[in-house]
Amino acid sequence: MSYAISLRCRKCGGEYPLQPINLCDFCFGPLEVTYDYKSISRCVTRGKIDSGPSTMWRYQDLLPVDGEVIDIGTGFTPLVKADNLGQEIGLEQLYIKNDCLNPTYSFKDRVVAVAITKAREFGFTTVACASTGNLASSVAAHAAKARLKSYVFIPTDIERSKIIGTSIYKPTLVAVQGSYDQVNRLCSKLVDTYHWGFININLRPYYAEGSKTLGYEVAEQLGWRSPDCIVAPAASGLLFTRIWKGLNELSMLGLIEPVDTHMHLVQAAGCSPIVNAFKAGTLHVHPVEPNTIAKSIAIGNPADGYYALKTARESGGTAWAVTDEELVNGMKLLAQTEGIFAETAGGVVIAGLQKMVKSGVIKRNELTVAFITGAGLKTQEVVSDTVQPVTIQPTLEAFEEAFSKLGQATVTA
Amino acid sequence: MAKRRVMFTFPSELIGEPIIYNLGQQFKVVTNIRRADVSENKGWVVLELEGEEKDIERGIAWVTSRGVRVDPVIGDIVEG
Repeated sequence: MSYAISLRCRKCGGEYPLQPINLCDFCFGPLEVTYDYKSISRCVTRGKIDSGPSTMWRYQDLLPVDGEVIDIGTGFTPLVKADNLGQEIGLEQLYIKNDCLNPTYSFKDRVVAVAITKAREFGFTTVACASTGNLASSVAAHAAKARLKSYVFIPTDIERSKIIGTSIYKPTLVAVQGSYDQVNRLCSKLVDTYHWGFININLRPYYAEGSKTLGYEVAEQLGWRSPDCIVAPAASGLLFTRIWKGLNELSMLGLIEPVDTHMHLVQAAGCSPIVNAFKAGTLHVHPVEPNTIAKSIAIGNPADGYYALKTARESGGTAWAVTDEELVNGMKLLAQTEGIFAETAGGVVIAGLQKMVKSGVIKRNELTVAFITGAGLKTQEVVSDTVQPVTIQPTLEAFEEAFSKLGQATVTA
Repeated sequence: MAKRRVMFTFPSELIGEPIIYNLGQQFKVVTNIRRADVSENKGWVVLELEGEEKDIERGIAWVTSRGVRVDPVIGDIVEG
Protein backbone atom coordinates (compact mmCIF):
# COMPACT_ATOMS: atom_id res chain seq x y z
CA MET A 1 0.00 0.00 0.00
CA SER A 2 1.43 3.32 -1.12
CA TYR A 3 1.78 6.40 1.08
CA ALA A 4 1.29 8.70 -1.92
CA ILE A 5 -1.82 10.81 -1.42
CA SER A 6 -2.20 13.23 -4.33
CA LEU A 7 -0.63 15.14 -7.18
CA ARG A 8 0.10 18.79 -6.45
CA CYS A 9 0.93 21.58 -8.89
CA ARG A 10 4.41 22.93 -8.26
CA LYS A 11 3.36 26.38 -9.46
CA CYS A 12 -0.07 27.13 -8.01
CA GLY A 13 -0.51 24.33 -5.45
CA GLY A 14 -3.66 22.91 -7.07
CA GLU A 15 -4.33 19.30 -5.98
CA TYR A 16 -5.42 16.35 -8.11
CA PRO A 17 -6.09 12.66 -7.43
CA LEU A 18 -3.36 10.15 -8.36
CA GLN A 19 -4.06 9.81 -12.08
CA PRO A 20 -1.98 9.60 -15.25
CA ILE A 21 -1.72 13.38 -15.73
CA ASN A 22 1.29 15.66 -15.62
CA LEU A 23 0.03 19.23 -15.90
CA CYS A 24 -2.18 21.42 -13.78
CA ASP A 25 -5.42 22.20 -15.63
CA PHE A 26 -5.39 25.76 -14.36
CA CYS A 27 -1.83 27.07 -14.83
CA PHE A 28 -0.21 24.23 -16.83
CA GLY A 29 2.42 23.87 -14.10
CA PRO A 30 4.04 20.45 -13.52
CA LEU A 31 2.45 18.07 -11.01
CA GLU A 32 4.35 16.32 -8.24
CA VAL A 33 3.43 13.37 -6.01
CA THR A 34 2.71 14.23 -2.35
CA TYR A 35 3.00 11.72 0.49
CA ASP A 36 1.69 11.09 3.97
CA TYR A 37 5.09 11.52 5.62
CA LYS A 38 3.66 11.13 9.10
CA SER A 39 2.60 7.56 8.36
CA ILE A 40 5.85 6.85 6.50
CA SER A 41 7.87 7.97 9.52
CA ARG A 42 6.01 5.48 11.71
CA CYS A 43 6.78 2.56 9.40
CA VAL A 44 10.17 3.21 7.77
CA THR A 45 13.35 2.59 9.74
CA ARG A 46 16.97 2.06 8.78
CA GLY A 47 16.57 -1.57 9.83
CA LYS A 48 13.53 -2.13 7.64
CA ILE A 49 15.29 -0.64 4.62
CA ASP A 50 18.41 -2.69 5.36
CA SER A 51 16.41 -5.92 5.36
CA GLY A 52 14.81 -5.11 2.00
CA PRO A 53 15.93 -6.38 -1.43
CA SER A 54 19.28 -5.29 -2.89
CA THR A 55 17.53 -3.15 -5.50
CA MET A 56 15.85 0.25 -5.56
CA TRP A 57 12.71 -1.45 -4.24
CA ARG A 58 14.20 -1.51 -0.74
CA TYR A 59 12.77 2.05 -0.66
CA GLN A 60 9.33 1.04 -1.90
CA ASP A 61 7.59 2.74 1.06
CA LEU A 62 8.96 6.05 -0.25
CA LEU A 63 7.75 5.52 -3.81
CA PRO A 64 4.23 6.07 -5.22
CA VAL A 65 3.47 2.44 -6.11
CA ASP A 66 0.92 -0.07 -4.86
CA GLY A 67 1.40 -3.80 -4.79
CA GLU A 68 3.54 -5.78 -7.20
CA VAL A 69 6.41 -3.87 -8.81
CA ILE A 70 8.21 -4.39 -12.13
CA ASP A 71 11.66 -5.41 -10.99
CA ILE A 72 14.44 -6.27 -13.43
CA GLY A 73 17.09 -5.77 -10.76
CA THR A 74 17.44 -2.01 -10.91
CA GLY A 75 19.31 0.05 -8.36
CA PHE A 76 21.46 -0.35 -5.27
CA THR A 77 24.42 0.16 -7.57
CA PRO A 78 27.93 0.46 -6.12
CA LEU A 79 29.19 3.60 -4.40
CA VAL A 80 32.91 3.33 -5.04
CA LYS A 81 35.61 5.17 -3.08
CA ALA A 82 37.62 6.72 -5.92
CA ASP A 83 41.03 7.23 -4.32
CA ASN A 84 43.01 7.21 -7.57
CA LEU A 85 40.83 9.80 -9.24
CA GLY A 86 40.67 11.78 -6.00
CA GLN A 87 44.45 11.89 -5.83
CA GLU A 88 44.64 12.93 -9.47
CA ILE A 89 42.32 15.90 -9.08
CA GLY A 90 42.92 16.82 -5.43
CA LEU A 91 40.15 15.34 -3.31
CA GLU A 92 40.60 13.21 -0.20
CA GLN A 93 37.09 11.76 0.02
CA LEU A 94 35.73 11.22 -3.47
CA TYR A 95 33.07 8.62 -4.26
CA ILE A 96 31.61 7.54 -7.58
CA LYS A 97 27.97 6.45 -7.69
CA ASN A 98 28.23 3.99 -10.55
CA ASP A 99 24.81 3.79 -12.17
CA CYS A 100 26.29 2.20 -15.30
CA LEU A 101 25.56 -1.05 -13.50
CA ASN A 102 21.81 -1.00 -13.94
CA PRO A 103 20.08 -3.65 -16.10
CA THR A 104 20.03 -1.46 -19.23
CA TYR A 105 23.23 0.36 -18.23
CA SER A 106 21.85 3.72 -17.16
CA PHE A 107 20.00 5.44 -14.32
CA LYS A 108 16.88 5.57 -16.49
CA ASP A 109 15.97 2.12 -15.18
CA ARG A 110 15.10 3.77 -11.85
CA VAL A 111 12.56 6.18 -13.28
CA VAL A 112 11.19 3.72 -15.82
CA ALA A 113 10.71 0.98 -13.18
CA VAL A 114 8.34 3.28 -11.29
CA ALA A 115 6.60 4.56 -14.45
CA ILE A 116 5.97 1.07 -15.86
CA THR A 117 4.73 -0.19 -12.48
CA LYS A 118 2.26 2.72 -12.43
CA ALA A 119 1.29 2.14 -16.08
CA ARG A 120 0.18 -1.36 -15.17
CA GLU A 121 -1.63 -0.13 -12.05
CA PHE A 122 -3.53 2.42 -14.15
CA GLY A 123 -4.58 -0.35 -16.53
CA PHE A 124 -2.61 0.76 -19.58
CA THR A 125 -1.82 -2.05 -22.01
CA THR A 126 0.58 0.08 -24.07
CA VAL A 127 3.41 2.37 -23.02
CA ALA A 128 5.43 4.79 -25.13
CA CYS A 129 8.40 7.13 -25.07
CA ALA A 130 10.57 9.25 -27.36
CA SER A 131 14.27 8.84 -26.88
CA THR A 132 17.69 8.95 -28.47
CA GLY A 133 19.07 6.04 -26.43
CA ASN A 134 19.01 5.28 -22.72
CA LEU A 135 15.33 5.88 -22.07
CA ALA A 136 14.35 3.82 -25.13
CA SER A 137 16.26 0.71 -23.98
CA SER A 138 14.95 0.97 -20.46
CA VAL A 139 11.31 1.37 -21.50
CA ALA A 140 11.52 -1.52 -23.96
CA ALA A 141 13.14 -3.79 -21.35
CA HIS A 142 10.70 -2.98 -18.56
CA ALA A 143 7.71 -3.26 -20.90
CA ALA A 144 8.94 -6.72 -21.91
CA LYS A 145 9.10 -7.77 -18.26
CA ALA A 146 5.66 -6.25 -17.53
CA ARG A 147 4.20 -7.89 -20.66
CA LEU A 148 3.02 -4.51 -21.95
CA LYS A 149 3.14 -3.36 -25.56
CA SER A 150 5.62 -0.57 -26.13
CA TYR A 151 6.12 2.08 -28.77
CA VAL A 152 9.49 3.73 -28.91
CA PHE A 153 9.85 6.84 -31.08
CA ILE A 154 13.36 7.66 -32.28
CA PRO A 155 14.78 10.25 -34.66
CA THR A 156 16.05 8.54 -37.84
CA ASP A 157 19.65 9.69 -37.38
CA ILE A 158 20.49 7.71 -34.20
CA GLU A 159 23.53 5.42 -34.26
CA ARG A 160 22.70 1.80 -35.08
CA SER A 161 24.39 0.47 -31.93
CA LYS A 162 21.93 2.40 -29.79
CA ILE A 163 18.94 1.14 -31.74
CA ILE A 164 20.00 -2.50 -31.33
CA GLY A 165 20.20 -2.04 -27.55
CA THR A 166 16.49 -1.19 -27.68
CA SER A 167 15.16 -3.41 -30.46
CA ILE A 168 16.39 -6.61 -28.78
CA TYR A 169 13.49 -6.21 -26.31
CA LYS A 170 11.08 -6.09 -29.28
CA PRO A 171 9.22 -2.83 -28.85
CA THR A 172 7.45 -1.31 -31.85
CA LEU A 173 10.22 0.96 -33.02
CA VAL A 174 9.07 4.06 -34.89
CA ALA A 175 11.80 6.04 -36.65
CA VAL A 176 10.49 9.56 -37.23
CA GLN A 177 11.86 11.51 -40.16
CA GLY A 178 12.25 15.06 -39.02
CA SER A 179 14.08 17.35 -36.66
CA TYR A 180 14.33 16.84 -32.92
CA ASP A 181 11.67 19.55 -32.46
CA GLN A 182 9.32 17.84 -34.89
CA VAL A 183 9.62 14.56 -32.96
CA ASN A 184 8.81 16.50 -29.78
CA ARG A 185 5.72 18.02 -31.33
CA LEU A 186 4.52 14.70 -32.72
CA CYS A 187 4.74 13.12 -29.26
CA SER A 188 2.78 15.89 -27.59
CA LYS A 189 0.00 15.25 -30.15
CA LEU A 190 0.15 11.47 -29.71
CA VAL A 191 -0.46 11.78 -25.99
CA ASP A 192 -3.70 13.65 -26.70
CA THR A 193 -4.79 11.08 -29.27
CA TYR A 194 -3.95 7.66 -27.82
CA HIS A 195 -4.80 6.08 -24.49
CA TRP A 196 -1.22 5.08 -23.79
CA GLY A 197 1.04 5.45 -20.80
CA PHE A 198 3.63 7.95 -22.03
CA ILE A 199 6.57 7.35 -19.77
CA ASN A 200 7.82 10.92 -19.48
CA ILE A 201 4.56 12.73 -20.24
CA ASN A 202 1.37 11.57 -18.53
CA LEU A 203 3.34 9.25 -16.22
CA ARG A 204 6.02 11.87 -15.53
CA PRO A 205 5.05 12.69 -11.91
CA TYR A 206 5.63 9.01 -11.00
CA TYR A 207 8.60 8.55 -13.33
CA ALA A 208 10.31 11.47 -11.59
CA GLU A 209 10.12 9.81 -8.19
CA GLY A 210 12.34 6.91 -9.28
CA SER A 211 15.37 9.20 -9.28
CA LYS A 212 14.97 9.86 -5.55
CA THR A 213 16.41 6.40 -4.97
CA LEU A 214 19.82 7.71 -6.05
CA GLY A 215 19.75 10.10 -3.11
CA TYR A 216 18.54 7.40 -0.71
CA GLU A 217 21.20 4.94 -1.78
CA VAL A 218 24.08 7.36 -1.51
CA ALA A 219 23.03 8.35 2.01
CA GLU A 220 22.61 4.73 3.10
CA GLN A 221 25.89 3.62 1.48
CA LEU A 222 27.75 6.44 3.26
CA GLY A 223 26.49 5.06 6.57
CA TRP A 224 23.32 7.16 6.73
CA ARG A 225 24.64 10.64 6.06
CA SER A 226 24.43 13.10 3.19
CA PRO A 227 27.66 14.07 1.44
CA ASP A 228 29.20 17.55 1.61
CA CYS A 229 29.03 17.93 -2.15
CA ILE A 230 27.22 16.26 -5.02
CA VAL A 231 28.18 16.63 -8.67
CA ALA A 232 25.56 15.46 -11.14
CA PRO A 233 24.72 16.02 -14.81
CA ALA A 234 21.60 17.88 -15.88
CA ALA A 235 19.51 17.22 -18.97
CA SER A 236 15.85 17.93 -18.17
CA GLY A 237 17.05 18.73 -14.64
CA LEU A 238 14.77 16.11 -13.11
CA LEU A 239 17.47 13.79 -11.79
CA PHE A 240 19.28 16.66 -10.12
CA THR A 241 16.17 17.85 -8.27
CA ARG A 242 15.15 14.37 -7.20
CA ILE A 243 18.52 13.46 -5.70
CA TRP A 244 18.03 16.55 -3.54
CA LYS A 245 14.44 15.61 -2.73
CA GLY A 246 15.52 12.09 -1.77
CA LEU A 247 18.12 13.37 0.70
CA ASN A 248 15.70 15.84 2.23
CA GLU A 249 13.01 13.21 2.65
CA LEU A 250 15.43 10.99 4.58
CA SER A 251 16.23 13.93 6.82
CA MET A 252 12.56 14.75 7.33
CA LEU A 253 11.93 11.15 8.34
CA GLY A 254 14.76 11.32 10.87
CA LEU A 255 16.88 8.74 9.04
CA ILE A 256 19.77 11.17 8.51
CA GLU A 257 20.86 14.49 10.03
CA PRO A 258 19.68 17.74 8.40
CA VAL A 259 21.03 17.95 4.85
CA ASP A 260 23.92 20.34 4.29
CA THR A 261 24.92 19.19 0.83
CA HIS A 262 26.04 21.55 -1.94
CA MET A 263 24.40 20.47 -5.19
CA HIS A 264 26.67 21.15 -8.17
CA LEU A 265 25.28 20.76 -11.66
CA VAL A 266 27.16 20.15 -14.91
CA GLN A 267 26.11 20.37 -18.54
CA ALA A 268 27.90 20.13 -21.87
CA ALA A 269 28.80 23.59 -23.21
CA GLY A 270 27.00 22.72 -26.47
CA CYS A 271 23.71 22.42 -24.56
CA SER A 272 23.82 24.32 -21.30
CA PRO A 273 20.59 26.29 -20.88
CA ILE A 274 20.53 25.72 -17.10
CA VAL A 275 24.14 26.79 -16.64
CA ASN A 276 23.49 29.88 -18.79
CA ALA A 277 20.58 30.87 -16.53
CA PHE A 278 22.63 30.21 -13.38
CA LYS A 279 25.41 32.46 -14.63
CA ALA A 280 22.94 35.15 -15.72
CA GLY A 281 21.40 35.14 -12.25
CA THR A 282 17.90 34.48 -13.58
CA LEU A 283 15.43 31.70 -12.83
CA HIS A 284 14.18 31.58 -16.42
CA VAL A 285 15.85 28.91 -18.50
CA HIS A 286 16.01 30.13 -22.07
CA PRO A 287 15.81 27.21 -24.56
CA VAL A 288 18.84 26.50 -26.78
CA GLU A 289 19.59 24.36 -29.85
CA PRO A 290 21.70 21.39 -28.68
CA ASN A 291 25.10 20.91 -30.31
CA THR A 292 27.24 18.47 -28.34
CA ILE A 293 28.46 14.88 -28.47
CA ALA A 294 26.90 14.35 -25.01
CA LYS A 295 23.61 13.42 -26.66
CA SER A 296 22.11 11.68 -23.65
CA ILE A 297 21.94 15.02 -21.82
CA ALA A 298 21.33 17.30 -24.81
CA ILE A 299 17.95 18.73 -23.91
CA GLY A 300 17.55 22.26 -25.25
CA ASN A 301 14.33 23.04 -23.42
CA PRO A 302 14.62 21.32 -20.04
CA ALA A 303 11.27 20.68 -18.37
CA ASP A 304 12.71 20.91 -14.85
CA GLY A 305 15.37 23.49 -15.58
CA TYR A 306 13.77 26.04 -13.26
CA TYR A 307 13.71 23.58 -10.35
CA ALA A 308 17.26 22.40 -11.01
CA LEU A 309 18.40 26.02 -10.86
CA LYS A 310 16.54 26.53 -7.61
CA THR A 311 18.11 23.40 -6.13
CA ALA A 312 21.61 24.52 -7.07
CA ARG A 313 20.99 27.98 -5.56
CA GLU A 314 19.20 26.86 -2.40
CA SER A 315 21.85 24.28 -1.58
CA GLY A 316 24.76 26.68 -2.06
CA GLY A 317 25.80 24.77 -5.17
CA THR A 318 27.01 25.91 -8.56
CA ALA A 319 26.52 25.16 -12.27
CA TRP A 320 29.27 24.47 -14.80
CA ALA A 321 29.62 23.77 -18.51
CA VAL A 322 32.39 21.70 -20.10
CA THR A 323 33.44 21.43 -23.74
CA ASP A 324 33.23 18.25 -25.78
CA GLU A 325 37.02 17.94 -25.64
CA GLU A 326 37.01 18.29 -21.85
CA LEU A 327 34.28 15.68 -21.45
CA VAL A 328 36.14 13.15 -23.59
CA ASN A 329 39.21 13.71 -21.39
CA GLY A 330 36.96 13.23 -18.37
CA MET A 331 35.77 9.86 -19.71
CA LYS A 332 39.38 8.76 -20.23
CA LEU A 333 40.48 9.96 -16.81
CA LEU A 334 37.70 8.08 -15.03
CA ALA A 335 38.39 4.89 -16.97
CA GLN A 336 42.15 5.10 -16.51
CA THR A 337 42.07 5.84 -12.78
CA GLU A 338 39.02 3.94 -11.53
CA GLY A 339 38.29 1.34 -14.20
CA ILE A 340 34.85 2.77 -14.88
CA PHE A 341 33.86 3.32 -18.50
CA ALA A 342 31.19 6.01 -18.44
CA GLU A 343 29.22 7.45 -21.33
CA THR A 344 29.66 11.06 -22.41
CA ALA A 345 27.45 12.37 -19.59
CA GLY A 346 29.88 10.77 -17.12
CA GLY A 347 32.75 12.57 -18.83
CA VAL A 348 30.81 15.80 -18.36
CA VAL A 349 30.60 15.12 -14.62
CA ILE A 350 34.29 14.30 -14.21
CA ALA A 351 35.41 17.30 -16.27
CA GLY A 352 33.06 19.54 -14.27
CA LEU A 353 34.34 18.08 -11.01
CA GLN A 354 37.91 18.88 -12.02
CA LYS A 355 36.96 22.50 -12.65
CA MET A 356 35.17 22.79 -9.32
CA VAL A 357 38.15 21.47 -7.38
CA LYS A 358 40.61 23.60 -9.31
CA SER A 359 38.59 26.75 -8.69
CA GLY A 360 38.19 25.97 -4.99
CA VAL A 361 34.40 25.53 -5.13
CA ILE A 362 34.89 22.02 -3.75
CA LYS A 363 37.50 21.83 -0.98
CA ARG A 364 40.08 19.05 -0.73
CA ASN A 365 38.60 17.49 2.41
CA GLU A 366 34.91 17.67 1.46
CA LEU A 367 33.14 14.35 1.06
CA THR A 368 32.06 14.46 -2.56
CA VAL A 369 29.90 12.10 -4.63
CA ALA A 370 30.03 12.24 -8.43
CA PHE A 371 27.11 10.60 -10.25
CA ILE A 372 27.90 8.48 -13.27
CA THR A 373 24.56 7.89 -14.91
CA GLY A 374 25.26 5.72 -17.95
CA ALA A 375 27.76 3.25 -19.40
CA GLY A 376 30.42 4.05 -21.99
CA LEU A 377 29.70 1.15 -24.31
CA LYS A 378 26.75 3.13 -25.66
CA THR A 379 28.93 6.03 -26.79
CA GLN A 380 32.25 4.31 -27.37
CA GLU A 381 32.82 5.94 -30.76
CA VAL A 382 33.81 9.22 -29.05
CA VAL A 383 36.89 7.59 -27.50
CA SER A 384 37.85 5.39 -30.46
CA ASP A 385 41.20 7.24 -30.64
CA THR A 386 42.31 5.27 -27.56
CA VAL A 387 42.64 2.16 -29.75
CA GLN A 388 46.39 2.10 -30.48
CA PRO A 389 47.55 -1.52 -30.34
CA VAL A 390 51.17 -2.58 -30.73
CA THR A 391 51.01 -5.01 -33.70
CA ILE A 392 53.54 -7.87 -33.76
CA GLN A 393 54.28 -11.24 -35.39
CA PRO A 394 53.40 -14.25 -33.18
CA THR A 395 56.94 -14.78 -31.83
CA LEU A 396 58.60 -13.95 -28.53
CA GLU A 397 61.39 -12.14 -30.39
CA ALA A 398 58.93 -9.91 -32.18
CA PHE A 399 57.29 -9.02 -28.87
CA GLU A 400 60.59 -8.22 -27.15
CA GLU A 401 61.83 -6.24 -30.13
CA ALA A 402 58.69 -4.15 -30.28
CA PHE A 403 58.72 -3.42 -26.58
CA SER A 404 62.43 -2.70 -26.35
CA LYS A 405 61.86 -0.07 -29.04
CA LEU A 406 59.18 1.43 -26.87
CA GLY A 407 61.56 1.23 -23.90
CA GLN A 408 59.00 -0.76 -21.93
CA ALA A 409 60.39 -4.31 -22.03
CA THR A 410 60.70 -5.78 -18.56
CA VAL A 411 61.85 -9.33 -17.98
CA THR A 412 60.64 -10.61 -14.66
CA ALA A 413 60.83 -14.35 -15.24
CA MET B 1 -11.86 22.06 -32.48
CA ALA B 2 -8.38 21.28 -31.25
CA LYS B 3 -6.43 22.57 -28.28
CA ARG B 4 -2.68 22.97 -27.91
CA ARG B 5 -0.68 23.96 -24.83
CA VAL B 6 2.48 25.81 -25.80
CA MET B 7 5.18 28.11 -24.53
CA PHE B 8 6.28 31.13 -26.57
CA THR B 9 9.75 32.51 -25.90
CA PHE B 10 10.26 36.02 -27.29
CA PRO B 11 13.58 37.52 -28.33
CA SER B 12 14.14 41.05 -27.02
CA GLU B 13 13.39 42.72 -30.37
CA LEU B 14 9.85 41.28 -30.44
CA ILE B 15 8.83 42.14 -26.87
CA GLY B 16 6.99 45.26 -28.06
CA GLU B 17 5.02 43.54 -30.83
CA PRO B 18 1.43 42.32 -30.33
CA ILE B 19 2.23 38.82 -31.62
CA ILE B 20 -0.44 37.02 -29.57
CA TYR B 21 -3.14 39.50 -30.58
CA ASN B 22 -2.22 39.11 -34.25
CA LEU B 23 -2.18 35.32 -33.92
CA GLY B 24 -5.78 35.44 -32.72
CA GLN B 25 -6.89 37.96 -35.33
CA GLN B 26 -5.21 36.49 -38.39
CA PHE B 27 -5.63 32.77 -37.77
CA LYS B 28 -8.92 32.52 -35.84
CA VAL B 29 -7.08 30.93 -32.93
CA VAL B 30 -8.38 31.60 -29.42
CA THR B 31 -5.40 32.39 -27.16
CA ASN B 32 -5.73 31.81 -23.42
CA ILE B 33 -2.70 32.90 -21.35
CA ARG B 34 -2.04 30.92 -18.15
CA ARG B 35 1.39 32.08 -17.02
CA ALA B 36 3.86 34.66 -18.28
CA ASP B 37 6.97 36.64 -17.46
CA VAL B 38 7.78 39.56 -19.71
CA SER B 39 10.35 42.28 -19.12
CA GLU B 40 11.89 44.86 -21.43
CA ASN B 41 14.50 42.47 -22.80
CA LYS B 42 13.01 38.98 -22.59
CA GLY B 43 9.71 37.22 -22.27
CA TRP B 44 7.90 33.92 -22.18
CA VAL B 45 4.23 33.12 -22.20
CA VAL B 46 2.53 29.80 -21.44
CA LEU B 47 -0.81 29.65 -23.19
CA GLU B 48 -3.48 27.43 -24.69
CA LEU B 49 -4.42 27.73 -28.33
CA GLU B 50 -7.88 26.61 -29.41
CA GLY B 51 -9.19 26.40 -32.94
CA GLU B 52 -9.21 24.27 -36.05
CA GLU B 53 -6.13 22.05 -36.22
CA LYS B 54 -5.01 23.58 -39.52
CA ASP B 55 -5.45 27.13 -38.16
CA ILE B 56 -3.36 26.29 -35.08
CA GLU B 57 -0.64 24.80 -37.29
CA ARG B 58 -0.63 27.81 -39.61
CA GLY B 59 -0.65 30.16 -36.63
CA ILE B 60 2.30 28.43 -34.98
CA ALA B 61 4.21 28.47 -38.28
CA TRP B 62 3.59 32.21 -38.55
CA VAL B 63 4.63 32.91 -34.94
CA THR B 64 7.79 30.86 -35.50
CA SER B 65 8.53 32.73 -38.73
CA ARG B 66 8.34 36.02 -36.81
CA GLY B 67 11.24 34.78 -34.64
CA VAL B 68 9.38 33.48 -31.58
CA ARG B 69 10.40 30.06 -30.27
CA VAL B 70 7.44 27.73 -29.79
CA ASP B 71 7.77 24.69 -27.53
CA PRO B 72 5.41 22.17 -25.97
CA VAL B 73 4.61 23.48 -22.48
CA ILE B 74 6.07 20.33 -20.93
CA GLY B 75 9.53 21.04 -22.35
CA ASP B 76 11.41 18.62 -24.58
CA ILE B 77 9.90 15.16 -24.69
CA VAL B 78 12.68 13.38 -26.53
CA GLU B 79 15.14 12.24 -23.85
CA GLY B 80 18.56 10.66 -23.96
